[in-house]
Amino acid sequence: MNFMASKQPENSLLGPESDSQRTLYPYVTGTSVVALKYKDGILMAADMGGSYGSTLRYKSVERMKPIGKHSLLGASGEISDFQEILRYLDELILYDNMWDDGNSLGPKEVHNYLTRVMYNRRNKFNPLWNSLVLGGVKNGQKYLGTVSMIGVNFEDNHVATGFGNHLARPILRQEWHENLSFEDGVRLLEKCMRVLLYRDRSAVNKLQIAKITEDGVTISQPYSLKTYWEFSAFENPAQGAIGSW
Amino acid sequence: CVAIAGADYCVIAADTRMSTGYNILTRDYSKICKLADKCVMASSGFQADVRALQKQLAARHLIYQHQHNKQMSCPAMAQLLSNTLYYKRFFPYYSFNVLGGLDNEGKGCVFTYDAVGSYEKVGYSSQGSGSTLIMPFLDNQLKSPSPLLLPAQDAVTPLVEAEAIDLVKTVFASASERDIYTGDKLELVIINAAGIRREYMELRKD
Repeated sequence: MNFMASKQPENSLLGPESDSQRTLYPYVTGTSVVALKYKDGILMAADMGGSYGSTLRYKSVERMKPIGKHSLLGASGEISDFQEILRYLDELILYDNMWDDGNSLGPKEVHNYLTRVMYNRRNKFNPLWNSLVLGGVKNGQKYLGTVSMIGVNFEDNHVATGFGNHLARPILRQEWHENLSFEDGVRLLEKCMRVLLYRDRSAVNKLQIAKITEDGVTISQPYSLKTYWEFSAFENPAQGAIGSW
Repeated sequence: CVAIAGADYCVIAADTRMSTGYNILTRDYSKICKLADKCVMASSGFQADVRALQKQLAARHLIYQHQHNKQMSCPAMAQLLSNTLYYKRFFPYYSFNVLGGLDNEGKGCVFTYDAVGSYEKVGYSSQGSGSTLIMPFLDNQLKSPSPLLLPAQDAVTPLVEAEAIDLVKTVFASASERDIYTGDKLELVIINAAGIRREYMELRKD
């Protein structure tokens, strides 16, 4: 006879009251972040939408933040988890500054820290539901890396999260090259963001572009992209396949 | 990942594609990690677990160096890797490894593992998604004498270093044709008495 009073299923490996303390699914989410390396550093773009399921609930969410002197963090996924990560990083940077030894954490170090945090949370079955993009420049070395919510991390010349992986990465693979100028980089990012705007239902037309170079971080004021909806293919989309949408 | 041991060299190779489902995340990711001077590990599987495993082993190697004032030999590292994997027997590192290097006498050795630490010293091995395509071909070309034979016969291949490298390149080019997860670029690490060197070869990008 089993006289268990708790509500847990018998095959649960976790401790008591475990389910109410874990992240099971995201609530308020941000969509893709796209970033690339250019001549002087890193360019990163993200829109400012925070979706609550299929509703666009928040329209001024800053999903890119500077970290310390040398890094820029962009996040997609659960916004509250992103804010938690910012608190962790705040503490990390604070302790690093308290050493007051002239040394400061570079993007590689911050990326490594974030990877460890995301991986360990995943091992405890309580992930931080984010895909992070970490870019920065330190001592002339550009660095651009990404961490997913299960701890998968890598660095590359251009990265994207979420839908950006499907829609923006192919464009970047085709058109990215070494030593892009600032204008070319912005144009390329805007091209990616425009495609995402047309095709990602959780994208909003209010975006910021952030730049990080040896001199520091600049996050632009929010602005919108010009869109064109008069393409003849949009006019009667079911022309080639009557009955579809 | 593939590794082949020779009389005085060892070739370890892996492709550089990192994928998830039907997507490619990056075409330029190294799956090969140098653990000690003459000991290199190639791993496939869940990347975050692989990275954690590499860090664990690197840290343990550092401690070993502090305590013993020398580098770990390949057979020693092989045992350490097995123990590390079995330690997480009930929440495994989802990582399929191949360890290659030179033993204390300078002879090539290759150890092959499963995800929970069972290992064996062999003359050649492959792990990962392409291994079903690669292993039979290696068996055909490099057939090892049975470990049950008496007197014990050497598992290392009689091939010369250049021939082994050629074989590895051929094998990956073939695997890239049919395995969707294999491709982009091949990274080869060759360890011999002179040291360690790296070579790269382009593979199919589709």
